[in-house]
Amino acid sequence: MLLKTLTEAFGVSGQEQEVAAILREQVSPYCDKVETDALGNLIAIKNGNEKGPKVMLSAHMDEIGLMVMYIENSGTLRFKPIGGVDPRVLVSKSVYVGKDRVPGVIGAKPIHLQKREEADKPFDIDGLFIDIGAKDKDEAEKLVKPGDGIIFATKYQDIGTSRAKAKAFDDRVGCAVLARLLMMDKQWNFTLQGVFTAQEEVGGRGAQVASYSLEPDIAIAFEGTTASDVPGSKEHLYSTSLGKGPALTHADASFVADPRIVKRLMEVADKNGIPYQMRELTTGGTDAGRIHLVREGIPAVVVSVPTRYIHSPASIIDKCDFENAIKLMAAFLDSIEERGLPF
Amino acid sequence: MVEAFGPAGNESRIRDVIRKEVEGLVDEVTVDAMGNLIAIRRGQGPRVMIAAHMDEIGVIVTHIDDEGFVRFSNMGGISPFMLIGQRVIFDNGTIGAFGMEKLDDMKDLKLNKMFIDIGAKDGASAKEKVSIGDIGAFHREAHFQGDRVIAKSLDNRAGCAVLVQALKELAGREIPNQVYAVFTVQEELGLRGAKTAAYGINPDVGFAVDVTGTGDTPEAPTMAVKLGEGPTIKVKDRVVLTHPRVRRFMTETAEKNGIPYQLEILEGGGTDTGPIHLTREGVPSGAISVPTRYIHTPSEMADMNDMKNAVKLFVAILEAKLDEAIL
Repeated sequence: MLLKTLTEAFGVSGQEQEVAAILREQVSPYCDKVETDALGNLIAIKNGNEKGPKVMLSAHMDEIGLMVMYIENSGTLRFKPIGGVDPRVLVSKSVYVGKDRVPGVIGAKPIHLQKREEADKPFDIDGLFIDIGAKDKDEAEKLVKPGDGIIFATKYQDIGTSRAKAKAFDDRVGCAVLARLLMMDKQWNFTLQGVFTAQEEVGGRGAQVASYSLEPDIAIAFEGTTASDVPGSKEHLYSTSLGKGPALTHADASFVADPRIVKRLMEVADKNGIPYQMRELTTGGTDAGRIHLVREGIPAVVVSVPTRYIHSPASIIDKCDFENAIKLMAAFLDSIEERGLPF
Repeated sequence: MVEAFGPAGNESRIRDVIRKEVEGLVDEVTVDAMGNLIAIRRGQGPRVMIAAHMDEIGVIVTHIDDEGFVRFSNMGGISPFMLIGQRVIFDNGTIGAFGMEKLDDMKDLKLNKMFIDIGAKDGASAKEKVSIGDIGAFHREAHFQGDRVIAKSLDNRAGCAVLVQALKELAGREIPNQVYAVFTVQEELGLRGAKTAAYGINPDVGFAVDVTGTGDTPEAPTMAVKLGEGPTIKVKDRVVLTHPRVRRFMTETAEKNGIPYQLEILEGGGTDTGPIHLTREGVPSGAISVPTRYIHTPSEMADMNDMKNAVKLFVAILEAKLDEAIL
C-alpha cells in the first residue's frame, strides 16, 4: 500500500534516495521519462502535445528529522534537528539511525536526577542524546557515523473508520497524491511534469532548481498541511479540519496563490461535487514559495491534505481527504485539457 | 495614487491607475506573470530598470464566524496596535472596523485576537460581502498641508508618482538609455515582484525608488535623514550595499544639477534593489528614497519637495550616458 510504504520510508532532507527509489519504481511504467537531477529531485514526465502548456505537479519527498553530529566516548550520539523539529516531542521516542535503520532511543537525564528547575522545563536538543545500545564509541562507530539522518520509528496504521496514523504524512501524502495521478493510465494533451522534490523542509531548495530547469507554465504543489482542529484551539485558528476535503491556500508566508488557479480549482470541485476547504492560516511556507519566483515567475497554488500533529513522530490524516485531493486534481487536469490554462 | 486600492497580492486597481498614467509616455506597457506593470522606452543604450513597488500593506480574510465577525492575517508588516480605530476596505467596497477580544493587558494584543466587523448580522450575510482569501487595505483620504502630505500608502505610491512624473518629463526627449519602469507587486511580502521582473528584463543597471525612514521626530531612532532636505541616495539597507560606482554617479549627478540629497543608511527593512542587484550574473544597482515619517501606518507623512527633487534626480540620471558613467 502506497501510503504505508511511503510514510515508513527513510527520507530526512538531503537523504531522500530511498523515497525516490520507491516512487521511481511505482511511476516509471506510466511515464515517458523518469530521471533524477543534481539535487536529488525525481522528475517524471508524461508527454503531451508539444505545443501544449507544461504543467508541473510537485510534492516533497523529504521529512523533518535529526542528524548525528557527534559520537560520545560512551557510544551515545549527539544530534541536531533537520527542518522544523519541536524539541519537546523528542524525549523517549524510538528512532532509526541511518539508512540501515539502526534502532535507538532518544534519552535524557532521568527524572530522579533532575534538579527541580530542570524538571519544570522541557529538554532542549542539547540535553538529549540517542542511545543505540553501543557499549562505547568504537562499537557505535561500526554502526553509525556523523551525518547519518535519523527518523522516527513509527509504523503506519489505519485507525478509526477512515483515518490513518504515520510519521511523515508531511509530505508523503503529497507524494502519494502525485504518484497516483502519474499512475493513471492516461495521457493529456499537455506535458505533465511530476516532480518529487528534495530538501523542502530546509527551504524549498529542490523545488527551486527543478522548476528552473523545467520552466513550467503553471505549478501545483501538494502538501500535508497543519490541521489544528483539536481541543485547545479556537475555531478561527484551526487552519484546516480533518475530513472536510483537500485544502486550498490563498496565501501563506511564502507566497500568494494565483487567484485564477484557485478559482478554477473551486469551480472544478463544485461541478464534480468534491468537498474542499480553504486553509485559514497564513503562516508556514511550501515549495510553491520558491517555484513562483523562478525565472520570470510561475503562477502557482498549493493543494493540501489536512494533517494533525505534523512535524512530530505520529501524525493523522483522513483518507477521504487524500482520495478527494486525487479526484480534485484529476478533474483539474481534465479541465486544462478541455479549457486550457486558467489564465 | 495614495487613495487607490492596491494591497499586496491584489494590485489590479492601482495597476490600472498607473497604466492610464504611463500609456502614451512609453513604447510598450506589459504585465508579467506575477502582475508587475512594465513600461518600456526602447531605443539605444544600456537597459535600465527602475522599480517602484505599487503594493501597500494590507490584511487577508482567514475565517468568518457564525456571528459574522471576520478574522484576518497581515499582508506585509502590520502592528496590531496600529489597527485600533482604523477602517479597512475590500475590493468590492465593503468597509470594516477593527475590533479586539477582551484583554487584561494591552501588551497581549496580537492580530489573532483581533477581528474585522463589517456590520453583518450573521455569518451568512458576512459571507455575501467578503470571502476567505479577500485582501483589504486601509481606508483613508489624503491631506495636503503646505509642502507636506499625510496619507496612507505613501509607501510606496510616493515612489510610483516619482517614477511616473520622471517618465512624463522625459516623454518626447531623446535619452541615451533604454528604460524599463517597473511598478512591482508584493514588495511588502518579501520583494517578490522585482525578482521575477528583473530576471525577465535582464537589465544592465538597476534602480529602485521607495520611501525611507527619518530621524527627525521627538526621541526618534538615530538616522541622519530629515523631511524636506532632499531625496535620499541609498548607501545600504538590509538587502543591498549600493554599488560604489552607482552611488558616486548618483551623488555627482545630484551635485552637478544642484539637487539637494541626503545619504541613507536604513538599518531595518529593504527594497526592490535587493533582488534586482542579485539577478542572474549581478546588476550594478542603486536606490533613491523619499523620506517618510510613520511608515506602515494609515497616516504616513512626506514632503512634496523631496518627491519633486527625486523626479529631477531620476531625469538627470536617465539623461546621462549610463554605460560610460557606471558600466
